[in-house]
Amino acid sequence: MTILVIAEHDNNTVKPATLVNVAAAQAIGGDIEMLVAGGNCAAAGEAASKIVGVSKVIVADNDVYAHQLAENIADLIVELGTGYTHIIGSTTASGKNFMPRAAALLDVAQISDISGVVSEDTFERPIYAGNAIATVQSSDSIKVITVRGTAFDGVAAEGGTASIEACDIVKDSGLSTWIKEDIVALERPELTAASTIVSGGRGMQNGENFKLLESVADKLGAAIGASRAAVDAGFVPNDMQVGQTGKIVAPDLYIAVGISGAIQHLAGMKDSKVIVAINKDADAPIFQVADYGLVADLFTAVPEFDELLG
Amino acid sequence: MKVLVTAKRVVDYNVSIRVLSDNSGVDLNNVKMSVNPFDEIAIEEAVRLKEAGTAEEVVVVSVGPTACQEQIRTALALGADRGILIETDEELQPLGIAKVLKAVIDKEAPQLVITGKQAIDGDNSQTGQMLAALTGMPQATFASKIDLSETEATVIREVDGGLETITVKLPAVVTTDLRLNEPRYASLPNIMKAKKKPIDIMTPADLGVDVTPRVKTLKVNPPAERQAGIVVESVEQLVDKLKNEAKVI
Repeated sequence: MTILVIAEHDNNTVKPATLVNVAAAQAIGGDIEMLVAGGNCAAAGEAASKIVGVSKVIVADNDVYAHQLAENIADLIVELGTGYTHIIGSTTASGKNFMPRAAALLDVAQISDISGVVSEDTFERPIYAGNAIATVQSSDSIKVITVRGTAFDGVAAEGGTASIEACDIVKDSGLSTWIKEDIVALERPELTAASTIVSGGRGMQNGENFKLLESVADKLGAAIGASRAAVDAGFVPNDMQVGQTGKIVAPDLYIAVGISGAIQHLAGMKDSKVIVAINKDADAPIFQVADYGLVADLFTAVPEFDELLG
Repeated sequence: MKVLVTAKRVVDYNVSIRVLSDNSGVDLNNVKMSVNPFDEIAIEEAVRLKEAGTAEEVVVVSVGPTACQEQIRTALALGADRGILIETDEELQPLGIAKVLKAVIDKEAPQLVITGKQAIDGDNSQTGQMLAALTGMPQATFASKIDLSETEATVIREVDGGLETITVKLPAVVTTDLRLNEPRYASLPNIMKAKKKPIDIMTPADLGVDVTPRVKTLKVNPPAERQAGIVVESVEQLVDKLKNEAKVI
């Protein structure tokens, strides 16, 4: 068995998701090779060769791959991928973009977002926003897989000695063009990457009151989220929504403020390590999943909490 | 231009799903079913294109059992012009659905295909990308804004940490993210009108498509239960617990 891991990188460094992919590949077992496709990506290829557990790094360095356009990357994976038993990518915006395209071109299914490896052809994955875990078995000759970033502990980024092989295959579909990127220099971490999240619900009463949460979030280095009720009420924009139809998050600490805990919200945050609920309704369902509940009026509790954080 | 959109029939997002006691799947009996919320955003976007005069016709497709007609009717009530149901009781997986949709596209030749970025049942996020692959179209996934010209679409995509702008040549497949729009509610007159709009019904076999699943679901388990913790008496105690017990602040 030889596994091809697709590196997630920014042309200079490999991202942590790559280390998680290698950990999943090790759980499957077999020889592990890695593809670094990018533009001016020699540094990323170099970094990839140091990852523990990787035997060979294939570097496809060409402008056509610089922005990870799905059409070009998928065609490259298809051409390289036929000799492998497994092709593993990340459940990230870019992995989710090109991996299914590659799978369809190979005429195989994709197993998305695996959270566990049972055997070389059997995997666990969350469905219904994590409200059920399915164990699925693939009958395809090549298993195309994406890996949930929080499901495996990444391997060490340093210590490996993989060989580096240049790949000169150029795939340019000419169908899509990258124009620009607006990576927001966020004052706060992004919701899906944050280790702490402070979320507000309908109990916040209006958008203005979210300022109370901002101060707490600044002190904790936290992202700010919201329930669908708060979004539907127009307090905050859609992209702050945590829940089944919003962002699915699993931070170390999730603080739910004025959130009752509708099913659709719980589906998006119940895998958080520690959940805190602040709500004046002692019967709110959020308390059934909270590690620490505080039955209190948020308009007195949150400022007090803020002050105690110093 | 003609725009084709999808309407997958899924368990309503407000339903608390229950895993069957024999672990064969989730209980779908007497459960409220709806249009996949991300498909609703796709339908809304197509209808807005029609209202703006950019699209002449909006065709909505669903793949699945007879009951999917309900979801097609919903889309028709929101403003789609006609529906196509590819009827089958087989278990459907993204690759099979993409093959069916490709066959529909071969007949319909839309300039733009808009699908949800994922369905909230299987959470696969594959069908749009696979459809683009099979039809040889470019793809713009996780779209938060679409601008169309005669020959191409400029799409702002949600990527990790921000936004990315790409252009794709038409015809193309676009998949929707949350910020693209906020879907309307169907009005009663439009619900009545939708009943008269046509729905074509055919089977995967009529289209010459094999939808046999490639992946077998061996079992479905509920996730590890989360135990309710403790109720603290004061903010002070809460901060103390978070600092010294949970060690998260």
